[in-house]
Amino acid sequence: MSLHFRVQNRIFLQCFLLMLCLLISASTSAADVQAFVGARIVPVSSEVIEEGTLLVRDGKIEQVGPVKDVIIPDGAVRIDVTGKTIIPGLICTHSHIGWGGGGDSSEPIQPECHTLDSVDVRSASFMRARAGGLTLVNQMPGSGHLISGRTTYLKLRDGGTVEDLLVHDASGWPMGGLKMANGTNSQRSAPFPGTRAKSASLVRQAYVKAQEYQAKIARAEGDPEKMPERDLRMEALVEALEGKRIVHHHTHRHDDILTVLRLKKEFGFEVVLHHVSDAWKVAREIAAADAACSLIVVDSPGGKLEARDIKLENGAVLEEEGVNVAFHTDDWITDSRLFLRSAALGVRAGMSREGALRALTLSGAEMLGLADRTGSLAVGKDADFAVLSGDPFSVYTQILQTWVEGKQVFDRTNPEHLLFAIGGRGAGDDTAYNCCGGEDH
Amino acid sequence: MKTPTNLIQFLALILLLAGTPELQAQNIAIYGDTVHTMAKTAEGQWQDPIENGVVLIIDGKISAVGPASAVEVPEGTPEKRCKVVTPGLIDARSVVGLAGWLNIDHDSDHIERSSPMQPELAALDAYNPREPLIDWVRSFGVTTLHTGHAPGQLISGQTFIVKTRGNSVDDAVVQRQSMVAATLGSDALRSGKESPGTRAKQMSMLRQKFIEAKAYQEKVAKAAADEEKDAPARDLRKEAMGQILDGKMPLMINAHSSVDIQNVLRLQKEWQIPVILQGGAECYDFIEPLKAQGIPVILHPTMMRSSGAGKNASMETAAKLIAAGVPVAMGSGYESYVPKTRVVLWEAAIACAYGCEFRDALGLITHSAAALLGIGDRVGSLEVGKDGDVALFDGDPFEYTSHCLGTVIEGEVVSDIAR
Repeated sequence: MSLHFRVQNRIFLQCFLLMLCLLISASTSAADVQAFVGARIVPVSSEVIEEGTLLVRDGKIEQVGPVKDVIIPDGAVRIDVTGKTIIPGLICTHSHIGWGGGGDSSEPIQPECHTLDSVDVRSASFMRARAGGLTLVNQMPGSGHLISGRTTYLKLRDGGTVEDLLVHDASGWPMGGLKMANGTNSQRSAPFPGTRAKSASLVRQAYVKAQEYQAKIARAEGDPEKMPERDLRMEALVEALEGKRIVHHHTHRHDDILTVLRLKKEFGFEVVLHHVSDAWKVAREIAAADAACSLIVVDSPGGKLEARDIKLENGAVLEEEGVNVAFHTDDWITDSRLFLRSAALGVRAGMSREGALRALTLSGAEMLGLADRTGSLAVGKDADFAVLSGDPFSVYTQILQTWVEGKQVFDRTNPEHLLFAIGGRGAGDDTAYNCCGGEDH
Repeated sequence: MKTPTNLIQFLALILLLAGTPELQAQNIAIYGDTVHTMAKTAEGQWQDPIENGVVLIIDGKISAVGPASAVEVPEGTPEKRCKVVTPGLIDARSVVGLAGWLNIDHDSDHIERSSPMQPELAALDAYNPREPLIDWVRSFGVTTLHTGHAPGQLISGQTFIVKTRGNSVDDAVVQRQSMVAATLGSDALRSGKESPGTRAKQMSMLRQKFIEAKAYQEKVAKAAADEEKDAPARDLRKEAMGQILDGKMPLMINAHSSVDIQNVLRLQKEWQIPVILQGGAECYDFIEPLKAQGIPVILHPTMMRSSGAGKNASMETAAKLIAAGVPVAMGSGYESYVPKTRVVLWEAAIACAYGCEFRDALGLITHSAAALLGIGDRVGSLEVGKDGDVALFDGDPFEYTSHCLGTVIEGEVVSDIAR
């Protein structure tokens, strides 16, 4: 009896599972192709399409073109976006959403620390970022250290764990850069540096040591007996030396910017200059060093001595010199929900509209080494995009939808999402992030 | 030997006087494709903008406003032309001039930490008219600042009103004493054994100060009525609290959370004093009581960060207050880091994008701000007899990509950088 029941039960279960599989596959095959029809599409990497269709399959862009040229396959989910504007998802190259910190106050160089271990992806700040049209962020530790830790590239997928949001490289490792800083934020009492020369020399010493570690590994030629003992700090620096980890360098004053360029030349790491308040003073030098710039846009100059001369014109000046320019929010310094505004103010101060939109998207992807996967609406790339009510650079434009890899992560018509877009009870965070890790900003 | 020195002094005086802008006749005609007068009709509605209009300023005051075809401009009057003309903008709550751009001890006079309650501190004594942030906000059309001691102490000191020009504070001042700035809630709590360490303590300390001020006033009054009685030793702190009790200076209370806003309402009821709620992140939950008690709101900047005391701020609050008929203006507030000041033009722009009708949003930083601050007879709208304070734009003033082309104060061009 009991055996008979079990067998019957098993057959029933198998049939049920089979049915379920069929149902799921049927529904996924339809849901996995989405056609966004009728929008003005700004692909960034190609010409604007006035009335276009964006075809997405399995989270990737399958086709983008004028409505008349794109054939929508049977069973595709058709989403009418007539009159709307589609742009690539915004990429913030420097964000503190989720408040992930790096090193502690024990010493100035701690590249072994990783924001992956400290970021809270359930923080309201992540929903606010999705409401701002962001699809990818470089989650950074603070600027209160010369090297405060490893950064984490996070896709703003609808997930509850940091693992859900990670971006992996070909070998399956979570991707990120290395955060460095110079100038006054990382100067404190010993063992932190007290001067600019000391800051540079401590960094130089660390990289020299890493070069030696790297040489030891090379000499071992794979022989475990000859390998140096594993050292997480050295490993992170070697990754930077080998170009596997891009250095994201906080820097403001003109001479500090040049110090970064000097270290880049000495050690050969790939570097993105961040904030770069004095960029307009040394734009030629930055261009000559082939360094990219990720700019902050703040509403007034100052707030600290080394940001005294910051200009809204930084984007325009660097663009003129041919430097690759991105913008960042530095959220909480500026609000992810208003990230479009940063680039719009760049346009106000003379930057081209095309350059400014690129600076929010493809340029950011390039600075994170992810331009092959995201940053523009090109065939084969991840379907990361935002649907806007109009001109990206108008104050009156609303962000209506945000999509990451073909899945909607923000929908303005959903009241729960709308709360994060406009604010109100529950849309904020209890504590403000301390950007610099020390008492002094 | 004496004569040449005197002569040099005399010549120096002449040069000095000649260089003082106030002594020059300030006449200018400002033409705009659209002139937003921000005046109100007899019914309290916004006056329609004037197409192809002109604002004529003679001797620093507006002498005519209307269609260019209907206004006679005296020959030789200097002129400026642009697409959009608005009244000079008013920042209803700033700390510019006291909190400097470098954010170092040398230029930070916005907060005094020696005692939690110092209502006697005059903003006039701490204002630096050469502060670069004054030039910065002026280049975005701001002509009037209600500025002074910052939030961050239970009572941090007084505020005052200035125009964004002048070599000395006396050149700049419009109103020498405006309000007393107080803060309730987490931003004004002290740590360790120092008071106030809790919200209840904040309220009890304020009550005690009012009781002491009242007793002081009674002693003064008794001494005035009775020659036998000695007046108490003068006490500037008690006198300042007394000015609040007498209704001469409103108490402007920075409060964000629901608990703190309820405390503002309670304090006003208890003492029947003029109170202005400043900040007010969660005031959307108290619109009716604020209205019933006649408490106006100087709202937080729309882009205030969603963290700490203001974590529940909404970008639609200005629209809600306006719809309910609560008097409301917008201030740049206080920033402790970067940006060191916000620009009210941009904050009102975001309010406009989040539910405010265009002129209601512009009103937050012109007409409504002037009315709330009690200086509506001088500034806030382009009407005959008012100060010739004007901002010039090359498009919709709220658009990110528009520029402020110039700023005029009492007929004098004080900024002509396109920014």
